[in-house]
Amino acid sequence: MSDRYSFSLTTFSPSGKLVQIEYALNAVAQGVTSIGIKATNGIVIATEKKTASPLIDDTSLEKVANVCPNIGIVYSGMGPDFRVLLAKARKAAQKYKRIYNEYPTTGMLVKDVASVMQEFTQSGGVRPFGVSLLIAGYDETGPVLYQVDPSGSYWAWKASAIGKNMINAKTFLEKRYNDDIEIEDAVHTSILTLKEGFEGQMTEHSIEIGIIGGGTTGFTEGKEQPLFRKLSPSEVRDYLANIS
Amino acid sequence: MDYNGGTVLAMAGKNCVVVGSDKRLGVQNLTVSTEFQKVFPVTEKCYIALPGLATDVQTLSELFRLKCNMYKLREEREIEPLTLANMISSTLYGRRFGPYFCEPIIAGLDKNNKPHIYGMDLIGCLNYPDDFTVAGCAEAALFGMCESLWEPDLEPDELFETASQALLSAADRNSLVGWGAVIHTM
Repeated sequence: MSDRYSFSLTTFSPSGKLVQIEYALNAVAQGVTSIGIKATNGIVIATEKKTASPLIDDTSLEKVANVCPNIGIVYSGMGPDFRVLLAKARKAAQKYKRIYNEYPTTGMLVKDVASVMQEFTQSGGVRPFGVSLLIAGYDETGPVLYQVDPSGSYWAWKASAIGKNMINAKTFLEKRYNDDIEIEDAVHTSILTLKEGFEGQMTEHSIEIGIIGGGTTGFTEGKEQPLFRKLSPSEVRDYLANIS
Repeated sequence: MDYNGGTVLAMAGKNCVVVGSDKRLGVQNLTVSTEFQKVFPVTEKCYIALPGLATDVQTLSELFRLKCNMYKLREEREIEPLTLANMISSTLYGRRFGPYFCEPIIAGLDKNNKPHIYGMDLIGCLNYPDDFTVAGCAEAALFGMCESLWEPDLEPDELFETASQALLSAADRNSLVGWGAVIHTM
């Protein structure tokens, strides 16, 4: 019977659900797995870069992206929806900076992104975003990792997985995570977690890893602070060599 | 800026700041009030001083109270002096072609209790001094007083004395400024 209520986003079903959001979560569950792990001195976010054909030039595809110097983002779900949210997130960060001359804290940025996603669950003529996001940032309170869902709800994680293999991945992470984990271990663990559900050969071109904190500090905005950066293919290759 | 009178200053010392103003409100040469507030608390550790056109002083103090309260609710933390200064600067520049006739001064301690003072002009050009900053009708006289009286690393009591002497002497030299002074020490 929920079929009758499933086409219009702005209508509740009798059971109290917005079925479109459920379906959006299905779309996310079809996307490739993404992992995020919070360490004591930084955060790792990683994802598989699954291309439909070996002919695709995968260097042009960016799944782990920079929002502002201290915040990085990765997604599971529909790539085009992610691009829109990424653009909005970047613009929101710059808008904040225009007023306060400093970048927003991760929590503030996540609130902005989440409220955009929520708007698209309550407006006419639009559909929810078919992505879940993992937003990782390092601000004055330390490293913090948030997950944002198509409904617009967000919450902070110590370690999380989204996408296809999320249940197995989260079980794996629960076993391997401890509160004292350092960034090097966290990168290692995230690669192992991705490997669990990986179909095919894992090379430095088929996964993307971004880290913030640890040794990656840089001088920006007049002070030394942890910056978000993606690991280069050669660095990823070194990590992969270590696990095999 | 010479319609209502009024002047403010702020000084930085050793792990402390002071901010002070006179108490006069006038309509040109007529004194209307001798208890007019120009220094407003934003947080426990941060004050703003607003000299200039009195209506803008009051409007801006309420506007910044709103913005800082919203900041506190959204960010779940108090605003820092530098962030506040930039916020005030962008607010003033937002009215670039119809400005508020007010030249705010910010004085406060950040979360590590390091002293900060900032001044700006009526359209938001920030000034980041180490020593003192002045604004208002008697700013020329205050510049002279502060330059001679201020020295680095003053303790809170000494800084209070220095600021008071500077403010009172400068106020005595200007007919639109005076009728008492208020100094806040942090």
